[in-house]
Amino acid sequence: MRSLKDIAKSFMLWELLVGLKLTGRYVLSKKITIQYPEEKTPISTRFRGLHALRRYANGEERCIACKLCEAVCPALAITIDSAPREDGSRRTTLYEIDLFKCIYCGFCEESCPVDSIVETHLSHYHFENRGENIMTKPMLLAIGDRYEADIANARTEDAPYR
Amino acid sequence: MIEIEIDGQKVQAESGSMIIEVADKIGVKIPRFCYHKKLSIAANCRMCLVAVEKSRKPLPACATPITDGMVVYTQTAEALAAQKAVMEFLLINHPLDCPICDQGGECELQDIAMGYGKDISRFSEGKRVVKDKNLGSLISTDMTRCILCTRCVRFGEEVAGLVELGVTGRGEASGIGTYVEEHLISEVSGNIIDLCPVGALTSKPFRFKARAWELVQHSSIAAHDPLGGNIYIHTRRDEVMRVVPKECETINETWASDRDRFSYSGLNSGDRLLRPMVKVHGQWQECDWPIALATVNERLQALRETEGGNRIAAIVSPNLSIEEQYCAQKYLHGLDSPHIEHRLQQVDGKLIPAARLPAALQAKIADVETMDSIFLVGCDIQREVPLLGLRVRKASLQDAAIASLNPVDFTFNFEQNAKCILDPQAFLLALALLIKSAVVSGEEKNLSLLAQLANNDVAYCGSAEYRAAIEAEMLAIKNVFMSGDNKLIIMGALAVNHPQASLIQQALLWLAQHYKAKFMMLAAGANHYGAVLAGALPEKERSIIDLWQAKLAAYLLVNVEPELDCAHPALALEALHDAECVIAMTAFTNEKMFEYAHVLLPLAPFSEYAGTMVNLDGLWQEFNAAVHPKGEARPAWKVFRVLAELAKMPDFAYDNWKEISQKIKREAEKVTLAPLTQQYALPMLQHGLHIQPYWPMYRSDALVRRAEPLQRCALSDDALIVLHPQTATQYGFNDGDKVSYQQENKVVIISIKTDQRIAPHTLYWPMGFPETAGLWSFAPLLLEAVIVTELN
Repeated sequence: MRSLKDIAKSFMLWELLVGLKLTGRYVLSKKITIQYPEEKTPISTRFRGLHALRRYANGEERCIACKLCEAVCPALAITIDSAPREDGSRRTTLYEIDLFKCIYCGFCEESCPVDSIVETHLSHYHFENRGENIMTKPMLLAIGDRYEADIANARTEDAPYR
Repeated sequence: MIEIEIDGQKVQAESGSMIIEVADKIGVKIPRFCYHKKLSIAANCRMCLVAVEKSRKPLPACATPITDGMVVYTQTAEALAAQKAVMEFLLINHPLDCPICDQGGECELQDIAMGYGKDISRFSEGKRVVKDKNLGSLISTDMTRCILCTRCVRFGEEVAGLVELGVTGRGEASGIGTYVEEHLISEVSGNIIDLCPVGALTSKPFRFKARAWELVQHSSIAAHDPLGGNIYIHTRRDEVMRVVPKECETINETWASDRDRFSYSGLNSGDRLLRPMVKVHGQWQECDWPIALATVNERLQALRETEGGNRIAAIVSPNLSIEEQYCAQKYLHGLDSPHIEHRLQQVDGKLIPAARLPAALQAKIADVETMDSIFLVGCDIQREVPLLGLRVRKASLQDAAIASLNPVDFTFNFEQNAKCILDPQAFLLALALLIKSAVVSGEEKNLSLLAQLANNDVAYCGSAEYRAAIEAEMLAIKNVFMSGDNKLIIMGALAVNHPQASLIQQALLWLAQHYKAKFMMLAAGANHYGAVLAGALPEKERSIIDLWQAKLAAYLLVNVEPELDCAHPALALEALHDAECVIAMTAFTNEKMFEYAHVLLPLAPFSEYAGTMVNLDGLWQEFNAAVHPKGEARPAWKVFRVLAELAKMPDFAYDNWKEISQKIKREAEKVTLAPLTQQYALPMLQHGLHIQPYWPMYRSDALVRRAEPLQRCALSDDALIVLHPQTATQYGFNDGDKVSYQQENKVVIISIKTDQRIAPHTLYWPMGFPETAGLWSFAPLLLEAVIVTELN
């Protein structure tokens, strides 16, 4: 009995029709392919991309050289030197992130008591020369200055969930 | 001994000890802020509250003496609730600015708050803010963080004799501060940084530089005074970041002097020599080690052949390790030269070094505080060996009688029961008078020449009144000194560097034997004792002056800046300028060095090499390198090893420093003790102004001179000659005048200052400054006023 049914199914290409049913469903459904890079998917407010150092609205850099990010970094990618600035405040004299070492875990961001070091949504960057993988303090501050609106926005949106 | 129970553990303990001491002994941890084992009990932080059976309320463990059968609980709900409540109160006014606080990571408040603090504060009112104080160039303050444990105040009052710090105001307005707006003037002020349990007092040179968790700790030995204080060097990324004391009860207890603590800041000064340099046709050129060493070998061998080995001398720093001093000595002897010297400041070569005196006669560092009477001779103990000064103070607080014979009425942090302030020339006369009064008739046959001198008035001039005044003062000193059972005589640097040091030593040794007192000699340098054992001193009772006066053909300087480190600096400079070959092995250069030297070899300074130092107690202390040598610097023993190989000297193939120190140890056992009584000719008193040279605390060696925070601090001396106002008037000078002096056809101009504490007819003369490097000898000299306008 069973074999009869199987023979009939195989002559009628039943499995093929079952498979084509799925194909047919997707042929007719709405396309989800993104034409990258012209089109992009939306990303989370918590996306962890390239790093930035932020400033306060008055232009003062936020970083106070507490070195918690350096201490927490599991990949030892952050190097900081600090000294008193002329006005006596505690500031970094060197703040470097080695992007080859960085694993983008976001611990630096989590540990920062003043929301200074952040990971932005930037995921597009490349290096052409040896040594460009080291992000220096001016570079990080420049990224922060340029994308401050995005960074602030991401943090505001994420705030209710923290 | 009584038995108590802490958390179920039964303990035997001395009756009278406090609960916290017993708990510490058995490893039960009780949180505390104000309690410190070296300070008195204040019991004002209340953090150590514990539950005691049969007590209605929790009791402070630091201030509750144990009683027999006492049962203590540190972990019960009652004890923990009390501790948590105290913690909440302490955090009310604490700013919680840990991210910008230097104490973060090594903060007692932070640690204890992790265990006993709440995560949310119930205090919504405004916090207290306290204005910061300016305590000078070594300590920075953030007084808002202070929790008023008063450890710093108690350290000042009890240990350092520093009365500036105190608590002012009441209630919320109370705060730690200086009563008068001024800097902390203490040679051990840095210890309050370690004592402060929070970040209120932190190190200024280290401010914001690094975090506690980044630092790697290396034990080492301080390289500035003969105490040999134990320290930890903290490094980060192969760089010395700071120095803190390492506990050693018999040497430095838990303290470090400011000189030992902050001298590291000179390590990376701009003067560091990082590559070997050779002078070619008057031009300095950097070169590689092989070329530099070949040049040195070539020149020294050529001189040895033409002029003979005994025309070469080596002057080595007394702060070098014993291995380096031994290799220097062995290399020099390999060149057939007996001229090696490390006693840079001593002019009397006949002085018997402490290492050659019988050990039974000498006091140990830890014994000083147990003495009943102490006689200081030519000794500014607080500034020479600061931590030994603390022990003398401790003895004084336990009612020891202190007497002193000094050229300056030094301001000590302990009371002196009798003193004689004299111009240095009359020291011997004073001691002779003391001996005269000590001699009981019938004992004369046992006396050395010195005791006989006292009876022979003709040998000494000086008016009868002058003598009578000294005699009266010395009698008072004798009465004070005789009063105790345990007596100690300390011969300080001013006596050791005295032109008649050997005679003074004879007199003091006689007194020590007569009164069954202990003897202690404080020669400059961290490893003077070791240098003597290593044989780094010239033969035939010569001194460094003889080596300069001989105008030798070649001088080998090992970590020495002769014009700043040596007695008679002008003489040294002249000898160096006239020499055919000067090889400076040094960690730091200066302008003068580029003028007189022909080859410069970079040496590894303190913290960059391993070795052994022998301290005042004759204790061999090994230390390891904390960081790698900067640039191409090398330890001196390695340099000498290669030089010896180039010169084909036998038995020099040491592979590591331990081989060398073991060899020295074997040889040192054979060091012959010098006979205690010797006969010397006696000098006559001379008229005029007498120079009392001294090395200010923060000018004592090349590294300290480059430690900028120390140079700026309140205790750092200026390049001024100090004299008594009456003497100044007598010679027609006023405070602040510029004067000139002439020695050996050279005229030098310098400012003077008047000070009541200086003995009459004495010029208290700071060495270690370029301004005073024109000094030729300690002979009496004539000062002349100069008109300042002419100078400009």
